[in-house]
Amino acid sequence: MPMTERVARLRQQSLEAVPTLSTERAELITEFYRQDLGPVSAPVRRALAFKYLMEHKTVCINDGELIVGEKGPAPKAAPTYPELCCHSLEDLDILNSRAKTSFVVSSEAREVYRETIIPFWQGKSIRDLIFREMTDDWKAAYECGVFTEFMEQRAPGHTVLDDKIYHKGFLDFERDIQHSLRHLDYLTDPQAYAKQEELKAMLICAGALIRFAERHAEVALELAKREKDPHRKKELERIAEVCTHVPAHPPRDFWEALQYYWFVHLGVTTELNTWDSFNPGRLDQHLYPFYTEGLEEGTLDRERAEELLQCFWIKFNNQPAPPKVGVTAAESGTYTDFALINTGGLKDDGSDAVNEVTYLILDVVEEMRLVQPSSCVQVSKKNPNRFVKRAARIIRTGFGQPSVFNTDLIVQELIRQGKSVEDARNGGSSGCVEVGAFGKECYILTGYLNMVKIFELTLNNGLDTRTGRRIGLETGDATQFESFEELFEAYEKQLNHFVDVKVRGNNVIERLYASYMPAPFLSLLIDDCIVTGKDYHDGGARYNTMYIQGVGLGTVTDSATAIKYHVFDKGTLSMEALLGVLRDNFEGHERVRQMLVNKTPKYGNDDDYADEVMVALFEAFFSAVDGRPNTKGGSYRINLLPTTVHVYFGSVAGATPDGRQAWEPLSEGVSPVQGADRRGPTAVLKSVAKMDHARTGGALLNQKFTPQLLQDDAGLGNLVHLIRTYFKLDGHHVQFNVVDAATLRAAQEHPEQYRDLIVRVAGYSDYFCDLSATLQDEIISRTEHHAF
Amino acid sequence: MITGTIFDIKKFSIHDGPGIRTTVFFKGCPLTCQWCHNPEGQKPEPELMFRASRCLKCGACVSVCTQGAISIDGDDTVTDSEQCTVCGDCVEVCYAEARESVGRQVTVPEVMAEIERDIVFYDESGGGVTFSGGEPLLQGDFLLALLLACKEQEIHTALDTCGYSSWETLNSIREHVDVFLYDLKLMDDGNHRRFTGASNELCLSNLQALSREGQNIVLRVPIIPGINDDDANIHQTAAFASTLSSLNRVDLLPYHHTAIQKYNRLDKLYGLPETRRPSDEQIADIAQTLRGLGLQVQIGG
Repeated sequence: MPMTERVARLRQQSLEAVPTLSTERAELITEFYRQDLGPVSAPVRRALAFKYLMEHKTVCINDGELIVGEKGPAPKAAPTYPELCCHSLEDLDILNSRAKTSFVVSSEAREVYRETIIPFWQGKSIRDLIFREMTDDWKAAYECGVFTEFMEQRAPGHTVLDDKIYHKGFLDFERDIQHSLRHLDYLTDPQAYAKQEELKAMLICAGALIRFAERHAEVALELAKREKDPHRKKELERIAEVCTHVPAHPPRDFWEALQYYWFVHLGVTTELNTWDSFNPGRLDQHLYPFYTEGLEEGTLDRERAEELLQCFWIKFNNQPAPPKVGVTAAESGTYTDFALINTGGLKDDGSDAVNEVTYLILDVVEEMRLVQPSSCVQVSKKNPNRFVKRAARIIRTGFGQPSVFNTDLIVQELIRQGKSVEDARNGGSSGCVEVGAFGKECYILTGYLNMVKIFELTLNNGLDTRTGRRIGLETGDATQFESFEELFEAYEKQLNHFVDVKVRGNNVIERLYASYMPAPFLSLLIDDCIVTGKDYHDGGARYNTMYIQGVGLGTVTDSATAIKYHVFDKGTLSMEALLGVLRDNFEGHERVRQMLVNKTPKYGNDDDYADEVMVALFEAFFSAVDGRPNTKGGSYRINLLPTTVHVYFGSVAGATPDGRQAWEPLSEGVSPVQGADRRGPTAVLKSVAKMDHARTGGALLNQKFTPQLLQDDAGLGNLVHLIRTYFKLDGHHVQFNVVDAATLRAAQEHPEQYRDLIVRVAGYSDYFCDLSATLQDEIISRTEHHAF
Repeated sequence: MITGTIFDIKKFSIHDGPGIRTTVFFKGCPLTCQWCHNPEGQKPEPELMFRASRCLKCGACVSVCTQGAISIDGDDTVTDSEQCTVCGDCVEVCYAEARESVGRQVTVPEVMAEIERDIVFYDESGGGVTFSGGEPLLQGDFLLALLLACKEQEIHTALDTCGYSSWETLNSIREHVDVFLYDLKLMDDGNHRRFTGASNELCLSNLQALSREGQNIVLRVPIIPGINDDDANIHQTAAFASTLSSLNRVDLLPYHHTAIQKYNRLDKLYGLPETRRPSDEQIADIAQTLRGLGLQVQIGG
């Protein structure tokens, strides 16, 4: 169905809205914290802060909207979270002036920060606290680019909602919380008082969200009174009715279901700036009952449902990711806030979950063509080909959505981590590729780990040659290693050391959030926080997982392979000579570089020589991380995804033995090094599938196809076959860029003509022209598969 | 042990038969079609390809060549083909991959190891292996051994052939071929001789014989403007095709000249530098003519 005039207008407004930095939340939170509340527990303080925000933040209902509510006072007016990280004036100036992903910071906003926000929060934010608590080892590794830390400017979130809000209103949640409060065991449970405080906090938050919705109802009625157009007047009255009913009560129809979720979304993302934003998860499953009921009763038709969904999509696009602080905000230069809507997959009884709403949502994805929300299809062997083909047709249009996930493997992954089979089937993927038991799991990505840097440190006996600092262990002079195994052992020691440093830091940061920054609103949404009386940040969720994301698998594999092959197996190059060439960044050694690039086995070609090295490196990473306990009663797990950090991590890593020049980007996700895969997509998929994806919590694979390859039905059919086969091989995820290098180069030269060009980056799509030049080059350099 | 000479194995081949396939390119061809897309497949012996743009002029090839066949002349690296024995030593030391030897001797197990790597894709997509070239029938024993090995693994087989071979050879392999991708270029024998260097008599009689035996046949007709796209040739092609009882389909392959670069690398002259791709309308018209005689037609193969 073509977009209605309303949707076309709202979409255009959303696209054209200029991201600005709003100080409203910062001002409100500062006002709140200025009050003398007397002795108040941490959760209750945070609940009262949430209530204060929900009672005072601007209510925004835009002209023509059906789904209402904004995170900021207007579309794309991004709030800030000074209690977590407080922007400096310099930060604001950078945000305002930088060429890409900028935020307009008005002189008034800057003044508010100078006068009020900065003086109050300086030195008091969680970010300040984190850096005070970290060890020197941690700081050195962090500064040299061995790992990043997710929680230094955004709160742990990384969770997704299940179906509970479609059955229960917030009044029902209040009753559940009361029930838990009544049953606290003050006689034998030493934590009863702490639980009481947490539950009281949840109760305050539940009431606050209901009040927030009521305020929207009031504004809608007010607007209705003044509205001249009788049609819109009726709509506004209906909006008021919807906002009065949800979230207090369970939704009665399709519209109310969407509006209810949206209020919850605003609640979660206003309480804290969670990583990632938040998302409704298996939306086709949640909406299907409302859809069929509406059709049966004659109160809904497909067109109306589609229009409501489109309005819902636009709401996501109105919310840019929270503006970063710190001069090195380059780490994640995107407006995208990683809400990933899942379709397809399995029902909790293990049967095919694809339904008519699945196709409806895919229509919306194709029509809207927005970078937010992101979308993915979960493909199980039980799903029909029609579904995969429908997704492939959208992929063919070349904006990188939807990404494609292997449901049967996700279920395996979650079960291995200890989830029940039903919780596993009700789960899916979020953010980029991270698996979770939706509505029941706290799964925190804690930071990226630079495997290439660790390998480089190994070659240099723990010395960071870029900074001249010895930040690693002294694992031995590489020129003295007599076998590849010796080198590998040294690498494993370095790796374990840095994982130790990282985890020690994580365990402290986890407690900082649990102690000072609980999230009672988010907690009431995630099982079993209400039952256990514990916060989401403190082990209240049914499952608690912490992730470390490995980056640069392709580059480290090809580097280690080159050494194994040339230094130890063939003897074409001594370690000493190789290290010299690397120190010179190949200058004057182009012939050696060509040998490393062209005459060396490479990962991504179904070549067992290189792939076995990859598997060994994967196993080393897995062993270093998996199963370590976290402070919430759960475990550490691995996943392999980079977002855009492979560019930053590359910028701190010198020349590598795979022929990569110093400071160039690393490989991304589990993809082969850009251009190293020369034997076509089947060889790539075979290589990548050699690691055991079932023991990860997500592994990201990018593939690039020329548009010609997919132009006819046979090409489309072959794409489906590739996906199905990769999943038969237990691959976790694959995503596609269908755009040729010539187009991308043209877009670099004439950005003004390609403002709407969207490409797949890594786990999400973004406007090509918003990406840094380095990242643009990196995407162009990825191998382009064409037909033979 | 039976060996053969091939010049490439391409995976994810999707235009040479059904599904996702692996195509094995045999080296050596009895024809020398002027529009040939794989000129490196014509000579039966290994030969040297040179990509000037990749050359670092490091001189490694010069110093390793025992024949003294290579010299660097200013900005050019020159190989004297009279002196060169295609030993491959220079290729080994050419790290920039400017020098590449085309064609290598391989055993059946070596080729099968490559083919078998993608079985999981053939299974999923209904694909398999395609033997192409060059002309696989020139190496009949090697082809037969590979076909038998594929059949043992229950891999679907396609043979891309011009049919210029003895019937004995063709007859010996035909029952192991699931689909013949049979080239039909020119109906007029004089023109066939002129543009391909050989008579079409064998090609046509073998095609008829295969049809009589009930083999599954897909005809592949390249459409080359000014050479075989005239009404007379199209009509004769159509008339001939409609007499083949076991014909499955006719694939029309519009000419393109993307192979020009390969000619340069082989130091060969390209016969049709001026010829352009036929228009979509023209291809559609030709398809219509063929369909008019009740033939199944597909554009592109």
